[in-house]
Amino acid sequence: MAVNIKEFAEMESYFAPGHGSCSGCGFPMIVRTVMKAAGKNTVVCLATGCLEVTSTQYPRSSWKTPCVHSLFENSAATLSGVETAYRALKKRGFVKNNLNFVVFAGDGGTYDIGLQSLSGMLERRHKIVFVLYDNGAYMNTGNQRSSGTPYGANTTTTPVGSVLKGNMLSRKDIVRIAAAHNIPYVAQAAVHNWPDLFEKAKKAFAADGPAFLNVFSPCQLNWGIGTDFAIEISKLAVNTNFWPLFEIEKGSYKLNFRPANPLPITEFIKPQKRFRHLLEPGNKPIIDKMQEETSMEWEKLLRQCKDNI
Amino acid sequence: MKKVQLTGAHAAAEAMKQINPDVVPVYPITPQTPMMEKFCYFKAEGQVGTELVLVESEHSVMSVAVGASAAGARVMTASSSQGISLMNEVLTVASGMRLPILMNVVNRAISAPLNIHCDQCSTMNIRDLGWVQLFAETPQEAYDLTIIGQKLAEAINTPVMVCQDGFITSHCVENLDILEEQKTKKFVGEYKPKNTLLDTGNPMTFGAWQMPNAYMETKIEQEKALSSALAEYPKAAKEFAKLSGRNYGYVEEYRTNDAEAVIVTLCSAAGTAKAVVDSMRQNGKKVGLLKIILLRPCPYEEIGTCLEKAKAVCVLDRAISFGANAPLYSETMQALYGLSKKPKLFSSVFGLGGRDLFEEQVENIFTGLLAGKKPKEYIQ
Repeated sequence: MAVNIKEFAEMESYFAPGHGSCSGCGFPMIVRTVMKAAGKNTVVCLATGCLEVTSTQYPRSSWKTPCVHSLFENSAATLSGVETAYRALKKRGFVKNNLNFVVFAGDGGTYDIGLQSLSGMLERRHKIVFVLYDNGAYMNTGNQRSSGTPYGANTTTTPVGSVLKGNMLSRKDIVRIAAAHNIPYVAQAAVHNWPDLFEKAKKAFAADGPAFLNVFSPCQLNWGIGTDFAIEISKLAVNTNFWPLFEIEKGSYKLNFRPANPLPITEFIKPQKRFRHLLEPGNKPIIDKMQEETSMEWEKLLRQCKDNI
Repeated sequence: MKKVQLTGAHAAAEAMKQINPDVVPVYPITPQTPMMEKFCYFKAEGQVGTELVLVESEHSVMSVAVGASAAGARVMTASSSQGISLMNEVLTVASGMRLPILMNVVNRAISAPLNIHCDQCSTMNIRDLGWVQLFAETPQEAYDLTIIGQKLAEAINTPVMVCQDGFITSHCVENLDILEEQKTKKFVGEYKPKNTLLDTGNPMTFGAWQMPNAYMETKIEQEKALSSALAEYPKAAKEFAKLSGRNYGYVEEYRTNDAEAVIVTLCSAAGTAKAVVDSMRQNGKKVGLLKIILLRPCPYEEIGTCLEKAKAVCVLDRAISFGANAPLYSETMQALYGLSKKPKLFSSVFGLGGRDLFEEQVENIFTGLLAGKKPKEYIQ
């Protein structure tokens, strides 16, 4: 049963206002939606990154649930320790409540430096939900390329010059990497579709083991889209099939949304300054390759989803 | 009390078994491995209730330890060399977040070149990261200091590492006395954390970041906490002595009272030095040994007091500080600096990468010191 908007609006998110994220940032909406699904009895772990620095500046904290931050690359291992302590202390009667555990990490802390720690957590079957808010670069340090950065994007370490035209490598397939650990629940969601994200978060917390959510999280500052455009760009990402909404439940793929008339990738590219150089005539081959890869990935996903479309 | 025959690694594992911590993250590395293997065996046999976490690296060992300790669990682990180097970044989180984790460190050389044998370079590399450092000479001391260390960690909310020499101590069987398990449990007591991440009724944020207006105060508080070990360690050691009959100070003075020549060292080399002291004393030579047990926080005053009456002192370091004085020598020099009357002080580096130290070499140093001669810079 999908939640209605009134109920959803009235739910406590345990993420207080007053945090310092940029206006128009995607992750506060993601955090509030996931935390509404998680509820009060939840322990949060943050990887170093935008969300961490904007929500935990001493002596203030936006977190109304317990929250821990250790380092950049070890959020999955840190929360593994917390979740293990919970099981140990529950056995001793020190803890009574049933608790949920959730990591929030950016793409740097997931695709790159945090991948080993994440893999360990998934493999050991900790009952932890790992939420990747994917804004496609190291935004906290000022827009450097990560292995989650889209092909063609202008970042400060893949700057557009007379010779090089932005990031010339394609994104790592983080969702299928997580799924390859044979965990009970993996899903890809996007910030604009909160009912879908909310349902996926609920499934993730209910899963009998680790769960992984990859959520499209616009960064207005470094994508160059304006503070009122996060929801629009998120819709365009999905409607161009750049960011399909799907889930993998116990190994079974399911497509959650199919655009009636998929838009060309240029509709996703045009509003973003990070891709603006691609519109120059000489860079058409880059756009063509983006379109080709997007279509190929989409076809692959359709094949994997088979009857669940 | 019970007499047993154990290696240093198994002696530390025995102490861990008796303490029965809530969480132990595990990752293998020579020569620590037999310690964790033994502990996993205790778990398989149902002799501990501990939750083991078999992680994918030492970085995750310490990350799991930090998370579990912040959640309010009693956490112990062990590592060596490359392992403690890999977890270096997380060691400062453990001390900065004031988490009373106990780690047994088995001293081993560090790459490159690869070498699995004993020295203390990697252990010395992490001496300024805010952990208490205790150094054990024998399996008995590894067992005892693990138990004392756990109590100390929780008394000062600061992590503690107990270090023993790789192979020489970790893999050699010696006779030792162990306490009845109940006595050990009573000595360390039930761990009652001040704060826990698991209390959703009183939610707290752990590991918040700080601007220049607060960071420095946090670091000063951390320094005070670590230094409070100078008061808390003797208390824990005294209480342990009542149970065991074994006394531990900051240092062990071995026949130093009227000694003209003194050697200062750590860990297993102290055993070799004691044998030499005994044989030279039989020949009327006034020689003695100062073994350092507590290196962090460093008991400068006590080291100075022990050495001020000697004529010549040689510090034997099983570690090298590239481009600087060897670590233990450097500390000893600082301990002597303020004294009005001080001995001649020399440095000699030995035993890197598991090179043996022989009694004859120690005797040569003593003989040289008594004759006013400078010892060799390196014992090769």
